[in-house]
Amino acid sequence: MDKTSEQLQRDLVAPLFHTNAAYWIAVALSGSLVLAGACAFLYQIYHGIGVWGLNSPVFWAFDITNFVFWIGISHAGTLISAILRLANATWRRPVTRCAEAITVFALSIGAIIPLCHTGRPWLGYYLIPYPSERHIWPNFRSPLLWDFFAILTYLTGSVSFLYLPIIPDFASLRDTTSGWRKRFYGTLSLGWEGTPHQWHRLETAMQIMAIVIIPVAVSVHTIVSWDFAMTLVPMWHSSIFGPYFVVGAIFSGIAALILAMALLRKSLHLEEYLRPLHFQNLGKLLLTMSLLWFYFTFAERLTTWYGNSNSDMVVFWSSIRQNFAPFFWIMVVCNFIIPVPILAIKRLRTITGTVIASITIVIGMWIERFLIVVPSLERKFLPYSWGTYRPTWVEDTLMAGSFGMMALLYLLFSKFVPMISIWELKAGETHPLISHEPVVAADPLADETPLTTETSS
Amino acid sequence: MSAIYALYTTPAAAQRAVNALRASSSALHFDAEQIVVVSQEPVEECEFAEDRHKTPMFLLAVIGGLLGAVTAYFLTSLTQRSYPLPTGGMPLVPPWTDGIIVYEMTMLGAILATLATLLVSAHLPTFRKPLSDPEIWTGKILVGVTDPPQDSRRELETRLRQAGATAVKSSS
Repeated sequence: MDKTSEQLQRDLVAPLFHTNAAYWIAVALSGSLVLAGACAFLYQIYHGIGVWGLNSPVFWAFDITNFVFWIGISHAGTLISAILRLANATWRRPVTRCAEAITVFALSIGAIIPLCHTGRPWLGYYLIPYPSERHIWPNFRSPLLWDFFAILTYLTGSVSFLYLPIIPDFASLRDTTSGWRKRFYGTLSLGWEGTPHQWHRLETAMQIMAIVIIPVAVSVHTIVSWDFAMTLVPMWHSSIFGPYFVVGAIFSGIAALILAMALLRKSLHLEEYLRPLHFQNLGKLLLTMSLLWFYFTFAERLTTWYGNSNSDMVVFWSSIRQNFAPFFWIMVVCNFIIPVPILAIKRLRTITGTVIASITIVIGMWIERFLIVVPSLERKFLPYSWGTYRPTWVEDTLMAGSFGMMALLYLLFSKFVPMISIWELKAGETHPLISHEPVVAADPLADETPLTTETSS
Repeated sequence: MSAIYALYTTPAAAQRAVNALRASSSALHFDAEQIVVVSQEPVEECEFAEDRHKTPMFLLAVIGGLLGAVTAYFLTSLTQRSYPLPTGGMPLVPPWTDGIIVYEMTMLGAILATLATLLVSAHLPTFRKPLSDPEIWTGKILVGVTDPPQDSRRELETRLRQAGATAVKSSS
């Protein structure tokens, strides 16, 4: 790609100023889903959480499935971006912001769901540990409180990781726009100038953030897995759940990233920037994660089968060949049978191929979360306590609303923020063009303008 | 903040301008600290881009992390001792589970310390009008002098032009 700085600037800010009909249709569709979700939520608030399909013994179902799913999707961004930044992978430049935005939005949606699950979300502040007149202190031994700290840390880190590299782009928009946009971007740019001192500080901060955010991202999904693994429910009490969840999260996250990139590429006309190379490289990562996911799924079930514990085997057979078998085998097809050949064969690892694989993976990973949550609760130890679960329209609508909210937030974000980091792309594109001229510092003791002090090297 | 500045198409030309300004600072009655360089991206291959002030950001991130860890330790252990819950014979202050909170708050402390250090050391946010020019975003590098002495403005313009400026401008 041989583009001047001016062309890059023009191309990458163009989507902020030009909106086509497809964009408005997408906003209307996703907005409708959010509206439907909001209505379902108000209905639930008015009538109580009994309008969900939850019952004894299935106290967790669609909501916790969605919670785990969205926290998993959030692993697309900051984790991938941080790894690629630390590895100084040059192809990352057009990808990182798309990815980091997914993390922030998916994590926010994921964090809202447990609040809905509490039934009385306005009391959500009970989770925050502070001395109060209630004399109720959160139980720090509870995995649900670990979630609070993990999500708080990851969200703080992810928002910072997204916002810091946008500051110079906000400054560029401040200097090249007028009216309300100038004021808007002027505020968000925090008075950024772009002095060498500021650039150095920004790059150092991003390095530190990248180092810190990787273990945080891993810990977040491990802690989410402990919501299950710390109980003695059949097929939940497993030491492998931590890495199993992390692998699944990165797997679904990369798939979501590919889908988001493909949509942005078409809708914002970024074909010259989000190139087949990016999809191929992410496709290779996706292939690796698909194989890893299969390994962990096999290992998890092998250990259960070999142990042959009665209570575990009831859940095991329920998911393999009884009432949940269709879901299980759809999951295997979606996460392994379809994507592996597409991603392994170079000829098929095209943009279309990776998108098809990603769609199946996102579906398959949602089913995987569902299969972790529901079958174990339906078939706990004693048969007298067994039950069944069916979602109601309220849960279906809330789930659709969460997908709509993700799409809507992403669409709105793309209208106010360049979805590709302009300065990072310029740094990658223009350096080779401008660095050929020798650059030499002057002798600071010289008292004449040192126009002749340059030496060729 | 008033300034006189010029725009350069290459880092080499910008470096020439910086050299020229530094060399003439005493003659033209301004301080070398008043020389400012602004670019659209990090320019690493120039002497002017080398940061002469070492940042303690890494150290402060570690200190922030330690502070987070200490805070988490006291938050959990003091709470558990002040409001003892029935634990069925398990420890009242369990290091395994408290370790999770300590770990997360260590990381949070490091993140917040890094963020705070960046904002303070990069002088962000600032309420004064930043020195900038739309042409920077087309790839040019701005080199200038802030609050230049009135009687030296013409001479400064000449120096900036001699270094290869595409344009010399002033802001008030």
